[in-house]
Amino acid sequence: MTLLTVENLTVALPQGGDRPHAVEGISLSISAGEILCVVGESGSGKSITANAVMGLLPRGLPVTSGAIGFEGKDVLALSPEAMRRLRGSRMAMIFQEPMTALNPLMRVGDQIAEALRVHGAGADAAKRVPELLAAVNLPDPKAIARSHPFRLSGGQRQRVMIAMALALEPTLLIADEPTTALDVTTQMQILRLIREIQSRRGTGVMFITHDFGVVAEIADRVAVMQRGRIVEQGPAAEVLNHPQHPYTRALIAAVPHGAPDSRPQVTTAPVLDVKGVEKTYRRGGMFGARAVVRAVHDADFILRRGETLGLVGESGSGKSTLARCVVKLVEPETGTIAYHGTDLRPLSRNAWKPFRQRIQMIFQDPYASLNPRRKVGEAIAEGPITHGVARGKALAKARELLALVQLDPGAMERYPHEFSGGQRQRIGIARALAMEPELLIADEPVSALDVSVQAQVLALLADIRERLGLTMLFITHDLRVAAQVCDRVAVMQRGAIVEQGPTAEVFSAPQHPYTRQLLDSIPGRGWTPPAV
Amino acid sequence: MEASKLPGFLARRAVKAVLVVFAIIVCNFLLVHAAPGDPASVIAGQSGVADAAFMEQLRKQFGLDQPLHTQLWIYLKSVAQLDLGFSHRQQQPVAKLVLERLPATLLLTGAAFAFAIAGGVTLGALAARRVGTWADSLITVLALTFYATPLFWVGLMLVLVFSVWLEWLPSFGMGTVGVELHGFAFALDLAKHLLLPALTLGLFYLAVYCRLTRATMLEVADQDFVKTARAKGVPEGRILRAHVLRNALLPVITFAGIQAGQLVGGAILVETVFAWPGIGRLAFEALLARDYPVLLGVFFCTGVMVVLFNLVTDLLYAVIDPRVEVAG
Amino acid sequence: MRDFWRRFRRNKGAVVGLLILVLVILLAATAPWLFPGSPWDMAAAPFMPPGEMDMLLGSDSLGRDVAAGIAHGARISLLVGAVSTVAALCIGVSLGAIAGYLGGVADDAVMRFTEFFQTIPSFVLAILLVAIFTPSIISVVFAIAIVSWPPVARVVRAEFLSLRSREFVQAAEVLGKTRLAIVLGDILPNALSPIIVLSSLMVASAILLESALSFLGLGDPNLMTWGFLIGAGRSVIRLAWWMSVFPGLAIFLTVLALNLVGEGLSDALNPRLARQRGGAA
Repeated sequence: MTLLTVENLTVALPQGGDRPHAVEGISLSISAGEILCVVGESGSGKSITANAVMGLLPRGLPVTSGAIGFEGKDVLALSPEAMRRLRGSRMAMIFQEPMTALNPLMRVGDQIAEALRVHGAGADAAKRVPELLAAVNLPDPKAIARSHPFRLSGGQRQRVMIAMALALEPTLLIADEPTTALDVTTQMQILRLIREIQSRRGTGVMFITHDFGVVAEIADRVAVMQRGRIVEQGPAAEVLNHPQHPYTRALIAAVPHGAPDSRPQVTTAPVLDVKGVEKTYRRGGMFGARAVVRAVHDADFILRRGETLGLVGESGSGKSTLARCVVKLVEPETGTIAYHGTDLRPLSRNAWKPFRQRIQMIFQDPYASLNPRRKVGEAIAEGPITHGVARGKALAKARELLALVQLDPGAMERYPHEFSGGQRQRIGIARALAMEPELLIADEPVSALDVSVQAQVLALLADIRERLGLTMLFITHDLRVAAQVCDRVAVMQRGAIVEQGPTAEVFSAPQHPYTRQLLDSIPGRGWTPPAV
Repeated sequence: MEASKLPGFLARRAVKAVLVVFAIIVCNFLLVHAAPGDPASVIAGQSGVADAAFMEQLRKQFGLDQPLHTQLWIYLKSVAQLDLGFSHRQQQPVAKLVLERLPATLLLTGAAFAFAIAGGVTLGALAARRVGTWADSLITVLALTFYATPLFWVGLMLVLVFSVWLEWLPSFGMGTVGVELHGFAFALDLAKHLLLPALTLGLFYLAVYCRLTRATMLEVADQDFVKTARAKGVPEGRILRAHVLRNALLPVITFAGIQAGQLVGGAILVETVFAWPGIGRLAFEALLARDYPVLLGVFFCTGVMVVLFNLVTDLLYAVIDPRVEVAG
Repeated sequence: MRDFWRRFRRNKGAVVGLLILVLVILLAATAPWLFPGSPWDMAAAPFMPPGEMDMLLGSDSLGRDVAAGIAHGARISLLVGAVSTVAALCIGVSLGAIAGYLGGVADDAVMRFTEFFQTIPSFVLAILLVAIFTPSIISVVFAIAIVSWPPVARVVRAEFLSLRSREFVQAAEVLGKTRLAIVLGDILPNALSPIIVLSSLMVASAILLESALSFLGLGDPNLMTWGFLIGAGRSVIRLAWWMSVFPGLAIFLTVLALNLVGEGLSDALNPRLARQRGGAA
């Protein structure tokens, strides 16, 4: 039975946008009990499509043509009040950011009860709310119902959102990137939960994602979107294994292939030897209750010349803190950080300065890692100038580096906001390389990028590493990326390295239970992207 | 916040309040010593007709011939016993003068604050709901007007219109002179006298709260949880009341706490214009007479008022926002 | 820069405000030529209503020209507003920068200090300061600066705190730049927008504060100010309404103009915020 049909939907963008329509000529359908994944990169119009179905488009984005049919009703012709009555009862939605999607001042139970009450089903809310919370596998539902959102973790909040969405047993659930903001193990739990509830109740699901791994994990059918249009649509197995449209093929080709190749062991001299480093954060003031977080402890590692070591782990595992300890952005309380035998930890700001040329860093967020008020050329030349290189020479070098990271030399005179995310990340790489470092620390350098851009930046990094013989500490939460880039990996959990070894070994024969759990949580693990 | 955490939170805030009061006393002490000339003449009231014997007695009383920290200690001890000094001009203890005038000021500032917060939040919410319409523009322009007008001038203009030209309302004092009124007649007379001063003092803060409410409501309306509420089919009116307004009130409360000090300061101007017999008027009289002990007493007293008011807003905030103890 | 103008111009109120402001500045600049001689001198019979005896805006109880008083008062108001704002900015920016960049104990200490100044009744403190140090233009400027720096410190601290943890600042650290170079080259330029917007609002409130002080008789006794004019007119308001109405209008227009310009600056400097604030959308 077809639940939802979208025919030829076109939504206009306000004038002055980069294209006239947010989505154009979209046609798709969802049957009861079916999961349709809508995949695409940022800005492809996936969320606009979902909001159009829910009647939640902002006023600036009107539907200009097309039809949306839901359970036999013409959704676009319904009055706002009739549409409101559908929302939350017949069709429901969950969002990407669980941290902000719940009202911070209202108890979780009350927010779920509100969903019942506004549709006239509030009478047995006291009984239904704990049931619903139990149905999404939350422990101690009564206590959770009395809690305010800030007491719950991201995964718990997303479960609450799901409980709220399913309160009135809607026939259609729209999930807008519901696991993107979650850690990989939590993501897998939420995906399984959605799958389980959906199959038990026969709900139709529109699942929006940018991640082909997630698609492989959950989809029955797939629609691929590019710049506001659906370019390919079909059964999941078909699209994933035999993509037809060039864009789909390019996207799938860019997915890092999960399996690491076996690499020769690196036996050169150690560049970096980190031992006994500990960093503890204490929160709370004079009077407040103190919270102690052991951000890093038991995290010894050795990095050899020419080697790439991956620090992998979920958010809050301490991997970024550990990396920042190495460059003194964070100052650990104890331990030694030996760089070619010199302990860097006790050095003063001034004594550190010579080492700044040898150790450089690439950052995660391409939009935050460049000073918006400094021209690109200046930004790249700034480091060498600080260390006494003549200005003219530094700028000439910057020009060469732009070529190395495949950017036009005309970029020198422009400001960061004129570049895309991928281009900015290249600028960030050029800035680090301008110092001619031996050791490069890359903190999640591709996690803020779309998958196709991600592939290009990874290829660039691999090429530069090869050419310049760099040693690299590579921090990532994405195991597929780690598998592709790293010679060895160190798995971090709650501030400690729980397992480390050659990448192929760790992936094929994980020793620690947490490593096994991480590997099992890679979405779409059973799917090997086809060579296209 | 949970009820069990409340006493600890309150205790922390109370300690902070005591520290602020302590700092105000130190501030007063430093002002006395920073003033040009002999501290004794400041304590006596500079242009006072203090004789040499009196000055000598002051020097002894405040230990002015002793080291500074001893003097501070003596000063602290006396303030702790509510001894705010003696007004040589009025031949009365400062504490008595201030306490006599306090109720009138509390009435005026209380009325003005209630008017400002009720009117400001209502108008701000209205403007935010109708954002972009003529109603929004009208409210915004009105708020900006009151925001940009000097308080004392608004008072004078109100007197000019309602007392001088229309002769509807009295222009000065707290009650009709020479008549003894009781019960309802007394209340009505008081209300008539209160109306213009309270309006004058309240209008500026009404504008402040109105602008703030409008801005935060628009900000909150953009947040994810509002979209969640919409997605679960909550009617717009309820979204506005239960989700947007409640969250938007938090910064308004914070700001009301911060602004409390300015409200008391404004009272000085308003009481001067309307001859309202409160501590503001007392301060103005003391200013004309250069009666510094009274001025310092007023500063201390208004400081304590503000600190107490801040305690109330902290408590209110803690009741509304469950996250407070986490933020500390 | 052209972008900036385009966005500023889109806010009609801001353009009107700028226009008023330019007129007030012109008035202040040309006062000695428009109204030669001292504004304290008797120019007509006392209590002349506007329009009579060549008195455009009437004369006061001593026969002084109200219009001359307003023109000369504009000089003092603008001067006090500007100078005290600069002084408050110096205090606020340095304290805020120290708190926000260094964090930790320094931050705690500075913020407690700032909170204290924000809690105490600032107008009462200003009155005390001027009264005790005897009224003069210096003591007035000093008092206004002392009571108006806390918001600056808070804004600057918040900006520094968020910018300090931004990756481009961390990148500058990793490049080995000195603290001073980072603060001046990377953080401060990115924190300027809110400081600029805030300072236009601060000039406005400084003018209000100065007028309130003069109204209470705490202005410099040798200088003609708007607040003094209103204060002089207060007791004779039944007799000569023009004595308090016109100077009040002058304050109102100037303060309004500064607020409008502030909003325009805010729109022009933070285009994202302007859109958020709704308006057309």
